[in-house]
Amino acid sequence: MDFFSVLYYRFKKVWKAVRLYLVIAGPGLVVMIADNDAGGITTYAATGAKYGYHLIWFLLLLIPVAYYVQEMTVRLGAVTKRGHAEAIFESFGAFWGWFSLLDLMIVDWLTLVTEFVGMTAALSIFGVPAWLTVILVVLLMSIIVLNGRYWTWEKIALGFCLLNLIYIPAAFMVNPSLSEITSQGLIPNLPGGLNNELFFLLMANIGTTIAPWMLFFQQSSVVDKGLQEKDIKMGKIDTFIGAIITVAIAIFIVIVTGTLLNGAPIDDAATAAKLLMKTNHYVGAFMAVGLFDAGLLGAICISLASSWAFGEIFGWAHSLNTKVKEAPWFYISFFFTLATAGVVPLIPGAPLVLITLFVQVVAVTLLPAALVFLILLLNDKKTMGEYANTRLQNIVSTLIVVSIIILSTMYGVSALFPNLFQ
Amino acid sequence: MRTINQFFSKIREINQRYAKPTVEMSTGVKFSLAVLRIYLFLLVLLMIYKFITVIKVL
Repeated sequence: MDFFSVLYYRFKKVWKAVRLYLVIAGPGLVVMIADNDAGGITTYAATGAKYGYHLIWFLLLLIPVAYYVQEMTVRLGAVTKRGHAEAIFESFGAFWGWFSLLDLMIVDWLTLVTEFVGMTAALSIFGVPAWLTVILVVLLMSIIVLNGRYWTWEKIALGFCLLNLIYIPAAFMVNPSLSEITSQGLIPNLPGGLNNELFFLLMANIGTTIAPWMLFFQQSSVVDKGLQEKDIKMGKIDTFIGAIITVAIAIFIVIVTGTLLNGAPIDDAATAAKLLMKTNHYVGAFMAVGLFDAGLLGAICISLASSWAFGEIFGWAHSLNTKVKEAPWFYISFFFTLATAGVVPLIPGAPLVLITLFVQVVAVTLLPAALVFLILLLNDKKTMGEYANTRLQNIVSTLIVVSIIILSTMYGVSALFPNLFQ
Repeated sequence: MRTINQFFSKIREINQRYAKPTVEMSTGVKFSLAVLRIYLFLLVLLMIYKFITVIKVL
C-alpha cells in the first residue's frame, strides 16, 4: 500500500470513530458542563478574584476526580439499564431508597432555587426584570423538554453547553500574562498558607465539582439515551472530554477575574460581572451571559434528575422520548419542581442566603451516601459482570470518594458552624 | 381522599417491591452501610444542635 492509501485508510478509521463518538456523546458532556452551574461560576469567580492564578493547579486536579466518579455511572447505567435511584432501591432496600430519593428531591429543589437566583441576577444586569426572566426560562425549558425526543433535547442542551465556552474569548480579551499563569498557576502552591479562607474556597471548588444530582442525572441520561454495554468505551471518552472542558471553563473564569478583579471582594458571579463591566464592558457582558447560561443548564439537568428518579421509583413512564399524554406525571413533576423553585427568588425578602447555606448542608447528607452506594453497586459482580470495578479502579475511586466525603463534610459543617475551623 | 389512598397504597407497593435488598450483604457492604448510618446519625445530631442554638438566639 502506498503512503496515500495508508493515510486514507487511517483517516476513514478515525472518522468512523469520531462519527460513533458524535452519536454517543451527550450525557457526559452535558452533565460535566452543567456542573459549572450558577453556584460553580460564583465559586470560580471568587477563587480568581481572591487568589489570582494561584489555584489553577488545584482545578486541574479535579479532572480525574470528576471523571472517575462520573464514569462509574456510565457503566452502571449501560449495564443495569436502571437509574441511580432505582438501583439504590433495588440493591439496598426501601429504607436507603427513600432516604436517597427524598434527600435528592430536597437538594435538587434548593439547588434549582440558586440557579434561578443566578439567572435573574445575570439578566438584571441587562435590565431584564426577575419575573420576566423566570417566565422566559420556564417557557424555554418547556419548548426544550416537550418536543418528545431525547435526541432533540440533548442537542439543544449541547448548544447551551457551547454557549458556556463564552468564558474562553472573555479570558483572551483581558490579555492575561501567559508567563504569570504558568509560573503562578501550574506549580502547586497555597497562597498565604493553608488558612481558613483558603481551605473554605478549596472545599467549595470540590463541592461544586461533584454534586449529588450529577450521579443521578448521568445514570438516568445514559438509560434514557439507550446506551448499551458496547457503548461504555465511548461513554467514558465522552465523560473524560466533559471533565476536561468543565475544568478548562473554570480555569478561564479564574483567569478573567484573576486578571481584572484580583483582590476585589466577590460574593457572587453577578457582582463580578458588574465590576468587570466597569473595566471592560464586553467581558462583563460575557460573564453575565455565561452566568445565565450556566444557571439554565443547571436548571435543565437538575429538574430532569428529580423527575427521572421519581418516575423510576413510582413506575411512571419517565422518558424524554414520551409525549405528555404518555408520561403526564413525569412532566408534571418536572414543571412543578421548576415552577416552585422559580417563584422563590421573586418573593420579597426570601431567605436566599439561608437557602444557599442549606444546599451545602443537605448535599453533605446525600453525597456520601450516593457515592458509597455507587462503589458498592460497581462491586456487585453478579449484576455488573465484566464491567465491575477492578482492584485498581476500586483503590482510585475509594481514595477519591473518601477524600470527597471528608472535605465535603468539613465544608458542610463549616457552613453550619462558620467559626469551627478558625 | 381517593387520591391520597391511592398514593399511600402506591408507597406500600413500592416498599413491598423493594423490601429485600438484592445486593449480596458481604462483610464489606454491611460495614459500609453501618458506617454510613453512624455518619448520618452524627450529621443529623449536629443539625439539630445548630437548630436549637439558632432558636435559642432568636
